[in-house]
Amino acid sequence: MSPAEILNKLTVNFNYVVAMTLFIIGLYTIISKPNLIKKFMGLNIMETSVFLFVVSSGAVMGGKAPIVGEGVSPGTVFVNPIPQALILTGIVVAMSTTALALALIIKLYEQCGTLNADKLKEIK
Amino acid sequence: MLEFSQHCPVLMTITLLVGAALTPIVSRFRKKLSFLWAMFISLLSFFFCSCATWRLYSEGPISYWLSGWEPPYGIEVRFDYVSTITFLMTGLGVLIIFYSRKYIEHEINEDKFSLYYTLVLLLLCGMVGFSVTGDMFNLYVFLEILSLSGYALIAITEEKLNAMASFKYLVMGAISSLSILAGIALLYNVTGTLNMADMALRLQQFPPILTSYVALVLFVVGFSVKAAMFPVHIWLPDAHALAPSPVSALLSGLVIKVGIVGMIRILYTVYRLGGNINFIPVTNFMGWLAAITILIGAFFAFFQDDIKMIFAYSSISNIGYIVMGISLVSFTQPEKGYLGMVGGLIHIFNHAIIKSTLFLCAGALIYKTGFRKLSDLRGMGKKMPITCGALTIASISIAGIPPTSGFICKWYIILGAIEFGKWYFAAALLIGTLLVFAYYIKIVNAIFFREPNEPITKVDEAPMSMLIPIVLLAIGCLVLGVFAYLPLAVIRPAAATILGLPSTYIPGG
Repeated sequence: MSPAEILNKLTVNFNYVVAMTLFIIGLYTIISKPNLIKKFMGLNIMETSVFLFVVSSGAVMGGKAPIVGEGVSPGTVFVNPIPQALILTGIVVAMSTTALALALIIKLYEQCGTLNADKLKEIK
Repeated sequence: MLEFSQHCPVLMTITLLVGAALTPIVSRFRKKLSFLWAMFISLLSFFFCSCATWRLYSEGPISYWLSGWEPPYGIEVRFDYVSTITFLMTGLGVLIIFYSRKYIEHEINEDKFSLYYTLVLLLLCGMVGFSVTGDMFNLYVFLEILSLSGYALIAITEEKLNAMASFKYLVMGAISSLSILAGIALLYNVTGTLNMADMALRLQQFPPILTSYVALVLFVVGFSVKAAMFPVHIWLPDAHALAPSPVSALLSGLVIKVGIVGMIRILYTVYRLGGNINFIPVTNFMGWLAAITILIGAFFAFFQDDIKMIFAYSSISNIGYIVMGISLVSFTQPEKGYLGMVGGLIHIFNHAIIKSTLFLCAGALIYKTGFRKLSDLRGMGKKMPITCGALTIASISIAGIPPTSGFICKWYIILGAIEFGKWYFAAALLIGTLLVFAYYIKIVNAIFFREPNEPITKVDEAPMSMLIPIVLLAIGCLVLGVFAYLPLAVIRPAAATILGLPSTYIPGG
């Protein structure tokens, strides 16, 4: 592939590129930051990147909302509704994970007085 | 009866889900009621599961279409031979809830009892739903239900380190769930369906593309974290050792097996043997990781003094045995992988029973003495003979000494490894078994043949509600070993159908 072709593929599929970049940023945050809340924000970024990937894979250029009714001609292009339905569930799951993790973080802070992962390792 | 048993796979999941949601309401009337309610719900679910299993072995797999929508458009609930693990899940669930009644008074605040039972029922619901669903996205949702309730159950006590262990588990678990979700999304993009059977068909029709391989790797990585395989096992020891003992029994006995069930579903139901996509390099790699897992788990268990820490590391080692068993397959000759698969699947069942016995015994010891270090528990054999006797039976079983149940699975896995000429896998398994033997002898020696320490001289036997589950499970360890044809009869059709052979397949016959 010539550089021009690669560039072309990247611009056409830029949603996947953005999703991958977000995923890597999230993973980097989880691994490198010692603060537990920052680690968790990294996890949220990763979740968002996967959601973006799934939702955007169902999109069609110029697609309409998939509702059949009056005024919709037979040849209309629809977007795929299944990824959207899946990600709605996914967002609920991500929200419960966030709630649980924040509750755990509060408990940890009350018990240990710090949120630094390196310092928490020394408390045993 | 036949008409009714068709609905059972759905009923047993729904019962647990609705029961879990109603537990806090029930406990509003009377505090004590939440235990009875949880017992009732789990028994009901066990009954439905027995009906479904009975039908499976008399009529064949059950396929249930939710709201009557035909798959692949609607959601399919499928109770096949792999789903028989739900029988174990609901059965152990009943015993563990029964055990919890006395035990949780020791570790959990009284106002959290109803929450504890809610979470246990939710955990069971997630596991049962995960094992019976035929839909990829439902797989993810049930996986999250069981993982989230698992994280919360670890942190339910007021101990200092539990929240940390739970958080570590949560971060690793969430990353693995994301990797599984990304895998599902990629496969959906390739095939355009979420039904497992339909997805398998469509994967065979199209030429293999890179996306399918990437999805496979994402699935294997995700489920390896859930099952605590070697490089990603680091969350397990703290989480399983610090949780309340009945929860440890659930987590170690059943929850890590969910990762294995997921691997089996993906590898052998969706990406079939002999199909379009050759995944043997992946299973080979898993086999090597399993060998390392066996050795690492056994090695670290040897140096622990905390009795629950020993059991937690030994769980890692045993996951290695199971994964080694299910990864010994050949792409073109499915018959060759039969022995290893039978060994791996039997070990799922046997390890669940043995490890629950061990954790419940450890729980009884901790409940009575308040100590968890082996050096503090010396000489307990004379004070609590029944608990320590059960502990000994389970220790012998997990070391794999005939006639107990641990022997047969290791025997089959070694036979499977030799079938493929992989003697080094058999060697790793034997070395692991020797190490296991050494540290369980250490436990038995400490509790029976050492002089007791001063403070524990006036301890007596554990209460009845804790002894009954322990004794039943210990009898299970012996019965499944002496009458090994019983589990074999259940496992054989499962192993054969996983490999794509007819369910009545018998090697050489």
